[in-house]
Amino acid sequence: MKKNRYTSLRRRIIVITLAVSIAPLLLLGGIIYNQFLKVSEQRIKDQIVHLARTQRNSLEVFLSERTTILSLMVDAYNFRTLSQQGNLAHLFDMINRRSEALGLVDLGVINSQGYQVAYVGPYNLKGLNYYQQSWFSQVISRGKFVSDVFMGFRQVPHFIIAVRGQDGEQSWILRATIDSDIFNQLVRSGQAGRNGDAYILNKQGIYQTQPRFEGQILGGSDINFQDYSPGTTTVLQRGLGNGQILYISGVWLKNYEWLLIISQQTSDQAGGLLETRNTEILIISLGCAGIILATMLTAHMVVRQLELSDREMDRLNSQLIQQDKLAALGKMAAGIAHEINNPLAVIGEKAGWMRDLLQEEQLKESIHLDEFNKSLNKIDEHVDRARKITHHMLGFARRMEPHLDDVEINKVLDQTLELLQNHARINNIKIEKAYADHLPVIASDQSQLQQVMLNLINNAVDAIGSDGLIRIATGLQNSHLVIQVSDNGPGIPKEIQRRIFDPFFSTKAPGKGTGLGLSISYHIIDKMGGSLSCESTEAVGTTFTVKLPVVVPERK
Amino acid sequence: MITFRVLVVDDEIDFLETIVNRLRKRHLDAEGAASGEAALALLAKEPFDVVVLDIKMPGGMDGIETLREIKRVQPLVEVILLTGHASVETSIEGMKQGAFDYLLKPTKFEELIIKMAAAFEKKGLQDKKIRDAKIQELKGR
Repeated sequence: MKKNRYTSLRRRIIVITLAVSIAPLLLLGGIIYNQFLKVSEQRIKDQIVHLARTQRNSLEVFLSERTTILSLMVDAYNFRTLSQQGNLAHLFDMINRRSEALGLVDLGVINSQGYQVAYVGPYNLKGLNYYQQSWFSQVISRGKFVSDVFMGFRQVPHFIIAVRGQDGEQSWILRATIDSDIFNQLVRSGQAGRNGDAYILNKQGIYQTQPRFEGQILGGSDINFQDYSPGTTTVLQRGLGNGQILYISGVWLKNYEWLLIISQQTSDQAGGLLETRNTEILIISLGCAGIILATMLTAHMVVRQLELSDREMDRLNSQLIQQDKLAALGKMAAGIAHEINNPLAVIGEKAGWMRDLLQEEQLKESIHLDEFNKSLNKIDEHVDRARKITHHMLGFARRMEPHLDDVEINKVLDQTLELLQNHARINNIKIEKAYADHLPVIASDQSQLQQVMLNLINNAVDAIGSDGLIRIATGLQNSHLVIQVSDNGPGIPKEIQRRIFDPFFSTKAPGKGTGLGLSISYHIIDKMGGSLSCESTEAVGTTFTVKLPVVVPERK
Repeated sequence: MITFRVLVVDDEIDFLETIVNRLRKRHLDAEGAASGEAALALLAKEPFDVVVLDIKMPGGMDGIETLREIKRVQPLVEVILLTGHASVETSIEGMKQGAFDYLLKPTKFEELIIKMAAAFEKKGLQDKKIRDAKIQELKGR
């Protein structure tokens, strides 16, 4: 029924509006958040790249400084001088006094055959031959050399810087061991954050410094060198399952022999991301709540308005239909009345003619003269009665347009009753009149008023069916005319009482009533500024009450 | 005994015949015509004092047309309109066109007689006025 139509319409409006308004909102929120996330990540990456580069630069500087110092020494002193233990020790002492952070553990002079001819340092390495060591040939050929970390004779991870000296045709090597602690510290200074790490790997993936978490110095790593192309600083990003993201930056140093790795773990919510997300969610939620509220309110309003309009349209339609019907009825009534008038006229004249003829002498003697006369009188009487009805109907049909008459309500009721009293009598319905005297004459539309009275009395008759009582009372109350039509019919049930004035509502069998009578009557009385109400008790009876404001007719 | 000439015009034959008979019984010189054209034809041939005219006559000339025509050719003849249609508007139109009065069908016969007498009286006065005027004119010459 209509109720469902409105409900489904309301639902559809709400769903569509919500979809169209909330979806873009969520999309926007998502996109903005994503962008922010990317920017945030980019920032972290930039930071870590910068860190790696800076660190790499420091390390390069560290190595080149020490290389330069050794080169200086090799150029300043010749082999013969430095191969003397005392001179070497003196030199070593001087250097270390100048700078504590130099990080030279020991110093050694090695001849072209690989023999360490002079050594100053903590280990007992004098006299050892290094000819077989890989670094030896590299220094001789290259001139200066920084090694990878290795164990060597001393069985401790270390790396060396060696430079080649040239004494005429003779080459010799000045070699220094770098303090791995100091070097490690330098490397470690590049770590970032509580979970960060910094270490160096060589080309074979061997750790050159001690990493914090995984692996050992001189141990293997599972680094994939494909990821780190020479010439650039690479940044990798890996999500670890626990809400952390691992950033790894790798940069090559020492002529692409060593790879410096800086790693950093950040919570994936770092950089104000959490706040942003929460703020966004809050705003979007509030927005959505607002949208939902507004949408539901609006949809409700719109549909309600529609409902009201529909109802109004129904009412207007019913009025139009009624008016159409009445107009058609009026025309029909006029036609019928006219058609009936003609035969009536003939009947009347023929009866009169017969009466005329009865005057003639012969017929005057007839034994049935009395009966003839009586019958003719009766014919006259009923022709007159029929005439009254047709004239009444024609009068009723004629006055379709509302206009003001001088209305005496008691007379109007009587006229209406004339039309119904035969029907009532046949069905043994008694009509009791309780008119007040001296009621004021009001200015009103007589035919419309009559229509209302006809409707009410008709309804009473129909309600009773047969064997009952209808009471019609008129009176004056608070400058209002009050007309009450009461019947002792079956009454109207409470739940139906609300609906009796609705258009198209009828409790009669289909075809027996249009359901428009009370609706139109209500409207007529309402337009007159009055009221039509109903009181009913089941099994007791019903009373309809019409109240009309007393409007004094204009003096003509 | 008073008598005058009446022409009853109505398309309903039963009604027409009965009225004419009843009028004749009362010693009035009554004739009947069943249509506007027939009425005008009769009027052209014989003089009438009063015409009783049914307004609604389907086919051919209707009541108002007939009335207009009668008033045109014989303005002194008084016309009483009978209307079963009860349309007051037509009746008022008829009065404007010069009808003497109108009655609603079905009429009480006595009322019709009274109206016709009054119409005849008026015609009589008119005739007398004209006669007097003519006499005056004659005297004046």
